[in-house]
Amino acid sequence: MASDLVNKMETMTGAKALMTALEKEGVKEVFGLPGGANLPMYDEFARCNIRHILTRHEQSAAHMADGFGRVSRKPGVCFATSGPGATNILTGIATAQADSAPMVAVTGQVPVAMIGRDAFQESDIIGMANPVVKYAFQPRHANEVPEAVRKGFFIAETGRPGPVLIDIPKDVQTNEAEMTFPDEFKIRGYHPWADPDMVNVEKAIDMLLNSEKPVILAGGGAIISSAFAELQVIAELLMIPVVTTFKGKGSFPENHPLSLGPIGMHGHAEANKIMTEADCVLAIGTRFSDRSVGTFEAFEKRLKIIHMDVDPAEIGKNQTTSVAVVGDVRASLRIMVKMLTQKAIKKTEDSIWLKHVRETKEYWKENLKLHPGEMGAAKILRKLRELLPHESIVTTEVGQHQMWASLFFDVIQPGTFFSSTGLGTMGWGFPAAIGAKVAKPTVSVVDIAGDGSFSMTENSLATAVLEDIPVIVFILNNFSLGMVAQWQRTFYGRRMIGVDQKNCPDYVKLAESYGAQGLRAQSMDELDRAIKTALGSDVATVIDIPIDPEEDVLPFVAPGTSLSDMVLPS
Amino acid sequence: MWAILSLLVENKPGILFKITHMFRSRNFNIDSISVGVTDNPEFSRMTITTIGDEKKVEQIVKQLDKMIDTIEVKQLDEHKTVYRELSIFKIKLSNANDSMEINKLANAYGGKVHDVKKGSMMVELTATPDQIEAFQELAKPFGILDVARTGVAALQRSGA
Repeated sequence: MASDLVNKMETMTGAKALMTALEKEGVKEVFGLPGGANLPMYDEFARCNIRHILTRHEQSAAHMADGFGRVSRKPGVCFATSGPGATNILTGIATAQADSAPMVAVTGQVPVAMIGRDAFQESDIIGMANPVVKYAFQPRHANEVPEAVRKGFFIAETGRPGPVLIDIPKDVQTNEAEMTFPDEFKIRGYHPWADPDMVNVEKAIDMLLNSEKPVILAGGGAIISSAFAELQVIAELLMIPVVTTFKGKGSFPENHPLSLGPIGMHGHAEANKIMTEADCVLAIGTRFSDRSVGTFEAFEKRLKIIHMDVDPAEIGKNQTTSVAVVGDVRASLRIMVKMLTQKAIKKTEDSIWLKHVRETKEYWKENLKLHPGEMGAAKILRKLRELLPHESIVTTEVGQHQMWASLFFDVIQPGTFFSSTGLGTMGWGFPAAIGAKVAKPTVSVVDIAGDGSFSMTENSLATAVLEDIPVIVFILNNFSLGMVAQWQRTFYGRRMIGVDQKNCPDYVKLAESYGAQGLRAQSMDELDRAIKTALGSDVATVIDIPIDPEEDVLPFVAPGTSLSDMVLPS
Repeated sequence: MWAILSLLVENKPGILFKITHMFRSRNFNIDSISVGVTDNPEFSRMTITTIGDEKKVEQIVKQLDKMIDTIEVKQLDEHKTVYRELSIFKIKLSNANDSMEINKLANAYGGKVHDVKKGSMMVELTATPDQIEAFQELAKPFGILDVARTGVAALQRSGA
């Protein structure tokens, strides 16, 4: 309370208080779309230093804020109006929640007196969003707005990050009140930080040292907490091979000798093999999703699991653990590094296990059968990797191209690869790429896309062009909903239903109609030129790369089976 | 396993909705729930009883604890806890002796009799859920017309 008195009281509207509070949080950009119930907020853009980036659909605004948040590690902000505007951002909010991305979504709401009367464009967005937000606020008085923003940002970015919704009735936006902007506040039921757990870190070290076939499994938490350096030091000190979840892809340089890449449904063959042979796993910031580990029982039955996570509720949710270390994973890994250094533990490369790991990796490098054509997915993505600077940011859409990216696009610089891994939201990659580019304008940003997924938010081309946010959309175009088609080929007797998109639209013309650059690459030479042209352009570019609609993503661990049941290319 | 959970939560609109929604969305079950404001009007006390194995109950506690509006979440040991539920039964009176018989039964369980009318009477019983169910079994032959139960309220004994 003392700090409230220090803050000068000022009379202003709720809308002005919102923008002032956002400025105090350091917000420079807001992604959004105006409507009747958020016009008072929009009017404030005329009087503040925050840039508004107009989207053509609220879902895209949320994905842009999500992409911004994942790259900058500060909450991205999106605005939507009440009713359909609010329901449109729900998919974006749920996507951020599933992948623990920091976001603050601000919706307009009908005036307080109209709530519950089925007013025009009224939706109970607080009720609808409840299961997919980290927290939601609905200030009922203008003077509650500053605290909702301060608490909202704090909740969104601390602990396990996530989306926060602030739903502001229109009269709360227009009413004037004496405002204070508190620096200090208390949230009694929220304790995002745990003290570092020295005892269990020590136990974890003992367990790793006493196991014959240890593996490190790095998840999304390793990326969120930027534990890259610590992870690498530990892997190198203990000489433990590193696999990742798909969300953790690129938490460890994929060209490192100890790297095996992602495990899971479409994991690398060598990663899945080594994971199934290991006797002990150091799991860092992962929730053991079914897509990563296959059937839970088969996974935990064989393994001693050391689980590090910032969220205590993840311990024991999907897997029974032998040692649990609750807390920020970077902090926990730092303690581990310190203890290892103190004990002067440094392993060498000559263990039987490491030799076996190297041989397995070598074997699959030589023996994994790839698509024989010139324009196979592996060749296309390796070409992109060859030409794309390591610091570039890559997002993906959802589908076959996403899993090919997982298999064939190596992330060299940690923390440069982002995907909708939890909710699997088609249409995420392109708007997220725009958000990423806003967060980091100095690097190239590429959305590895498929035609089906890109179609869902392709109108974000308008945002990319008009707001001058030049990202590259890299479409592996198989003229179909390729992943569904693959499942129909594999599990439904080739009965292809509802998957054929044909060559509609023409993505080159589509790009051009928005004022973007459209390029088509039908050979490796054309692809080489197209990528170089796109990287040298200052306008958003779509590269349309026709591929074989019959190419499957392999290896494949079928749903409901274990990692050892991997299906390989024949 | 039957478990009693005691929650101290923010006394704000929408909290009950959030708690029950979490149970639904994570495929947990609420056996009973009772809510009331505490001596400090900023907080409410919720008592939730649920059924699940040890692992499930542990997950429920963790998921409740994770919620920002819960201040404190505890699983209570039923042997170290005072827990009671209020129930009201409306029971049919068919024969002349029924009201006397039901009165005796109510007394045996520490219940109180209300609203004795031609054809029906009411019994108020505050007891453990087991005792309420035992009473219900014995009252069944008379014909139970209606039952209202509050769910369990519970507090751990001092020093337990």
